[in-house]
Amino acid sequence: MSARREALLWLAQRASAMLLAACVLLHLATMVYAVRSGLSAAAILGRTGGNLAWAAAYATFVLAVAVHAPLGLRSVCTEWFGWRGRAWDAAFLGFGLLLALAGWRAVWGVFQ
Amino acid sequence: MDLLRVKIWRGGESGGFATYDVPRQGDQTVLDVVTYIQRQLEPSLAYRFACRVGMCGSCAMTVNGVARWTCRTHVAKVEIDGGLEIAPLRNLPVIKDLVADMREFFGKWKKARGHFVATATRRDEFARISPETPQRKAADAAIECIGCGVCYASCDTVSWNPEYLGPAALNRAWTLFNDVRDGARAERLQDVAGDAGCQGCHTHLSCGERCPKRLQPTAAIAGLKRATALAAMRGKL
Repeated sequence: MSARREALLWLAQRASAMLLAACVLLHLATMVYAVRSGLSAAAILGRTGGNLAWAAAYATFVLAVAVHAPLGLRSVCTEWFGWRGRAWDAAFLGFGLLLALAGWRAVWGVFQ
Repeated sequence: MDLLRVKIWRGGESGGFATYDVPRQGDQTVLDVVTYIQRQLEPSLAYRFACRVGMCGSCAMTVNGVARWTCRTHVAKVEIDGGLEIAPLRNLPVIKDLVADMREFFGKWKKARGHFVATATRRDEFARISPETPQRKAADAAIECIGCGVCYASCDTVSWNPEYLGPAALNRAWTLFNDVRDGARAERLQDVAGDAGCQGCHTHLSCGERCPKRLQPTAAIAGLKRATALAAMRGKL
């Protein structure tokens, strides 16, 4: 893989990590609020349904995971098992797409 | 007489430890111990040294599991229960006994374009470089490397990825990247980008922890990561 692409992938992983840090904090704060307020599942869905700001935040969270996780997994597999090359890169890309689709589907399910 | 029990690696890639008893002396260095064994007990013992004063970088070995420059390492600081275990540097092929094959180590300096590319001739005026510029400060902070290989032997990323250039070569590339007189700074970034280059570093910090000159190759590598990322975004990589 070209040096430029490797450098950009490294940058994507670091940028998504920064985004994840913010998203995880937001997620924890949301969970603490929901639990401490004793909200039922129906009450939570009542608040998330149709809430564009919530959907946008969690869709961003999913995007950060879908970028970050496959790149990290790729590094681990390259170093530990020597899995490198185009076919493996395609597999990790597929894993990222799977994470994105599954995550966005979940966000859509709660947003509806 | 107070004796030090010293286990020394004998052989090449395969081999074993042989044990020698060496008289303890005040201010004795690990290199003194190895030299005593070679001169008094085991003439066939192979090891490497030159300056004995921490300048040449040739006497690095693994002492009680840790890579060290042996000429400046006092026995009193590293012995465990009156014993020393001395082996060749990790992550490098063994030629014989305590002598590691450094070709791969210095070959990677070459791959990282670790040589100065002149843009002026001897007939030009001296370049005036202010020591206060950020670039010169960054180069100065990393320039005192003696090429001992301690950082390379201590780096887990080198163990996992044999293609990885290693802390010393990348540190050298960083000093040259910050040298405004050098004529191949863009090309050098190309050479050190990628998972065999600076992006491969996991920031374990072992190199800085073990460097006998107290350099911080991890900081140099972080600088290269920033520089390569910026160059990639600008389409200059």
